[in-house]
Amino acid sequence: MYKYDEYDHAMVAARVAEFSDQVKRRLAGEITEDQFKPLRLMNGLYLQLHAYMLRVAVPYGTLDSRQMRMLAHIARKYDRDYGHFTTRQNIQYNWIKLEDAPAILEDLASVEMHAIQTSGNCIRNISSDQWAGAAADEITDPRPWAELLRQWSSFHPEFSYLPRKFKIAVIAADEDRAAMRLHDIGIQIVEKDGQHGAAFYVGGGMGRTPMIAPLIKDFVPLDDLLSYAEACLRVYNRYGRRDNIYKARIKILIHELGADEYRRQVEEEFAHVKSLGIDPPKAEFDRIAAQFAMPPLDALAPDEIDRSDPDFAVWVDQNVAAHKVPGHAIVNISLKPVGGIPGDASSAQIDLMADLAETYSHDELRVTHAQNIVLPHVRKADLYAIWQKLDEAGLATPNLDLISDIIACPGLDYCSLANARSIPVAQKIAERFSDLGRQKELGELKLKISGCINACGHHHAGHIGILGVDRKGTENYQLLLGGSGAEDVSLGTITGPGFDEDGIVDAIERVTDKYLAERTDSERFVDTFRRVGMAPFKEAIYG
Amino acid sequence: MVEHLHSDGEEPCVTLDAFLEQSNATAVRLESDEDARALIPYLDRLKLIEVAFPKFRDGRGYSSARILREAGFTGELRAQGDVLVDQIAYMKRCGFDSFAPEKSLNPADVEAALTRWPEHYQTAADGAVPIWKLRHG
Repeated sequence: MYKYDEYDHAMVAARVAEFSDQVKRRLAGEITEDQFKPLRLMNGLYLQLHAYMLRVAVPYGTLDSRQMRMLAHIARKYDRDYGHFTTRQNIQYNWIKLEDAPAILEDLASVEMHAIQTSGNCIRNISSDQWAGAAADEITDPRPWAELLRQWSSFHPEFSYLPRKFKIAVIAADEDRAAMRLHDIGIQIVEKDGQHGAAFYVGGGMGRTPMIAPLIKDFVPLDDLLSYAEACLRVYNRYGRRDNIYKARIKILIHELGADEYRRQVEEEFAHVKSLGIDPPKAEFDRIAAQFAMPPLDALAPDEIDRSDPDFAVWVDQNVAAHKVPGHAIVNISLKPVGGIPGDASSAQIDLMADLAETYSHDELRVTHAQNIVLPHVRKADLYAIWQKLDEAGLATPNLDLISDIIACPGLDYCSLANARSIPVAQKIAERFSDLGRQKELGELKLKISGCINACGHHHAGHIGILGVDRKGTENYQLLLGGSGAEDVSLGTITGPGFDEDGIVDAIERVTDKYLAERTDSERFVDTFRRVGMAPFKEAIYG
Repeated sequence: MVEHLHSDGEEPCVTLDAFLEQSNATAVRLESDEDARALIPYLDRLKLIEVAFPKFRDGRGYSSARILREAGFTGELRAQGDVLVDQIAYMKRCGFDSFAPEKSLNPADVEAALTRWPEHYQTAADGAVPIWKLRHG
């Protein structure tokens, strides 16, 4: 994985010094909260309901054991002994003191980490496929492209006061594990005439006006990558709406202009920007790509797995995925135990996952947008030992992509924007469906919960989505069906009137019962929904 | 050389509309929603372009500045308005070389902000050599 050189170190150190100075001036009352807010946000620091929340960047979700242990250390030393992994492949801490923030950023910098641009109206941490570099189906590792974009977007002088936040995802497989087309820019690395290039999808997003990004350019060569991105951003910075915060994302600009007109403006800007020499030479890409080389895996490693322990076999079938090198596998660690808080891990669990990565996964871990952790390069022969250790730590829940593998935002328990709680609803659903046999019978079923219309819990993209709203002072939950954040991307449709906390769990059960009655053969829930439509489900829910 | 405040006694800026209506003014003010490219035909006779920042969150002026510098403008490019110490390093990178903040800035903070960054990741309008070029010569 990418290692900082002297330049990267110096840049992060400068940022820590800058922010320490800004915190000092804020604490001394030299700058107002209004002036301080965008500065702390660009350093990942939010003021939430009860305390400051710090969001730490995990670029494209990749980290090593040393970095993972630092995340555990921060949880222990500065927070309440746990952290929350997020849908942006980051981690956030909920109980931070403002005066500790500079020290935390210094600790992070010591392991090549930071909280830069994890918030604010700037280009956010770049996300990617959590199986990058290991997936059997990718055409190349997308992370060198993501790292090139990370450096370009860090402290970008022109694009740090955009109309609104800006999220970029990069993938390199047809199977989309990163919700690529629900990003402001979604990039898929594709191949044409033996060369790799970037397909640019621009103007996707969730929030209160969900949109699927249209294809703006089918093939941007590597040599033009940054120029093209710069042109896309410049058109947005100049013409994105600034009169209404709810209409300020690039999706609204592109919706209002139309994809063709936006493309025309980008092409015109690109023709100019390309002359400025902002694209690094291939040598820089090669320097970065070399650091993402596949670790030395033994292709002769045994391919069979001893499945004599039935509990282990269940976990292997559900949570282990195909690796591109024979004899190896990708381990998905679920952070969704029944009754737990989706995405939360204790410092002891974070340390244990770091240990497993160091011993068994060539020192690499990934954070997934579904709020789980991945060990990307594991020998199949080591799976049993890994499973035993995960099981002891409460980390072996075999529910990847099942109904209890729920994405949930922090909701009203933490978040100052939320209208309703998400966590208790996730817990009740997981408890209702706690029987694993029942979950497996339902098959792949992506359930996503947001506690407000901002959609941090990706409810639009859930096969089943739940949106918490405030209805005359009480929490009310709307139900959506038929969304997807994968390569079959679609937006969910609201079923009808909402429910209270227990009512939404009952409604989901009626939906899954209806699915079991309607499905044919191996149809997933979302396939059945697409085939039969909303009407039968609506009838099952409301009678 | 970066000036922190503009000098008195200079020619006042005219609006973009007034300028485009056959003005022979040499100083023009660009509001944040006005198109910097409208000035491109006249850059060689302009001494000063003042770019408005009505609110520090309004980042359109950064693009305006770069567009003007990229088009070859060599005169004074001034950021005026809600210009705060924590934004001026980015403003300078985008080509501003003078600042007219509504509320005066502490010179020591300005100096610290402008000397904070050892290098830069990307090419902008300040002529700084980007890190990728330093890496590869």
